[in-house]
Amino acid sequence: MSDVDELLEAARAGDRRSLSKLLTLVEDGHNSPLERGIGSSLGITGPPGVGKSSLIGKMIDIWVERGESVAVLAVDPSSPRSGGALLGDRMRMTNADSSDLVFIRSLATRNHPGGLMDCLTAMVDILSECGWDKILIETVGAGQSEIRVVAFADRILLVDGPDRGDIIQAEKAGIMELADLIVINKSDLPEAERAAKSVKSALSVGEDDSTPDVLMVSAHSGEGVEDLVDQLRNTKTSADRERLRVRERLISAWDYTLLNSTELDSTLQALEKGSITLQEAVDRIRKEV
Amino acid sequence: MRIVVAKPGLDGHDRGAKVIARALRDGGHEVIYTGLRRTPDEIVRIVIDEDAGAVGLSSLSGAHSVLIPRVCEGLRASKMDNVIVFAGGIIPEYDRESLYAEGVRAIFGPGTTSTEIMEFLSTIEQRSQSGNPVGVGEEAGWHW
Repeated sequence: MSDVDELLEAARAGDRRSLSKLLTLVEDGHNSPLERGIGSSLGITGPPGVGKSSLIGKMIDIWVERGESVAVLAVDPSSPRSGGALLGDRMRMTNADSSDLVFIRSLATRNHPGGLMDCLTAMVDILSECGWDKILIETVGAGQSEIRVVAFADRILLVDGPDRGDIIQAEKAGIMELADLIVINKSDLPEAERAAKSVKSALSVGEDDSTPDVLMVSAHSGEGVEDLVDQLRNTKTSADRERLRVRERLISAWDYTLLNSTELDSTLQALEKGSITLQEAVDRIRKEV
Repeated sequence: MRIVVAKPGLDGHDRGAKVIARALRDGGHEVIYTGLRRTPDEIVRIVIDEDAGAVGLSSLSGAHSVLIPRVCEGLRASKMDNVIVFAGGIIPEYDRESLYAEGVRAIFGPGTTSTEIMEFLSTIEQRSQSGNPVGVGEEAGWHW
């Protein structure tokens, strides 16, 4: 039996250390020992500072109270300069470090070319195989590469706050079109109601059955979090959003291929000199692939 | 390397821990910061779940001689013998020998430069590559 199989067997039996080592192997590029796509996950995203981690902390408390286990993959960007990363999401999930029903793994994006974090799918599969009921992927929804990360999840929850017109930024980045459910956090603050209204009105254009609901919660007081957890159980995606997610995944895989092409440097040089057109450059790389 | 920076016990002073966390990030490491007031058991759990190669414990409360050995014991009991433990904060000279005997490989006091901590980590990596003991469950004796 290989290392991976041994680790998987121990992880299935509930050994956290083996589970953790197995996730490391997959993160480092090792093939998953499982069939692809057997697990399903909830992606949680939103602008920086809206309280995603705190909200997840509260959601975890409710799930644990109900006897359900929760695994969180918390993704933060790597520094492009040093390659290092500061991963602080778990400090906001305060009750999570002592329960056997909670597993939190912080992940750095490691500047994957094209924003591709293909390992996430494998990690979700492994966690699911090891019996984790709820599997969450948390990312900052601030830019294109983060959207691509969250597009690996099967359902997407968008978290926004009452201030700074964050949602406008989120709209710009295209996250709103991907969201299956939207929550406005910090509902204890006076501007929250107005933020919820403006999100609803932004969504009301072309409204139909598949338009995502907008809920108000407060991770601070816990208000509305129970409703959110209940609602997640019934949240459905739409064919349009499913297609958008698949599209994002395809684009990240495509970028990855492009950026890893052996023809990349010579093609760039040829483009610089003006000896080929962009279309010829694309054709050249496609031929190599 | 993946490094957990932790604040064990009832100690609200985390400026130092945060500065260290940033310095380690700028040195190319992936740093997981736990936040304040973690118990030794929680810290061990975090090191396991994060599959970290090292843990830095910051203590300014005076409880280092109780809390730090508990983290070391917990790691050994969980078969995390190769994890590197280092400490920082206010740890008087006369308390240090017993912590080294517990498997702590470095103790950094006030005035330590981030360069020195990076040097410690690269020494650790060299030692570990050449098969010398560096982990908390490996032979004690060598320390920074």
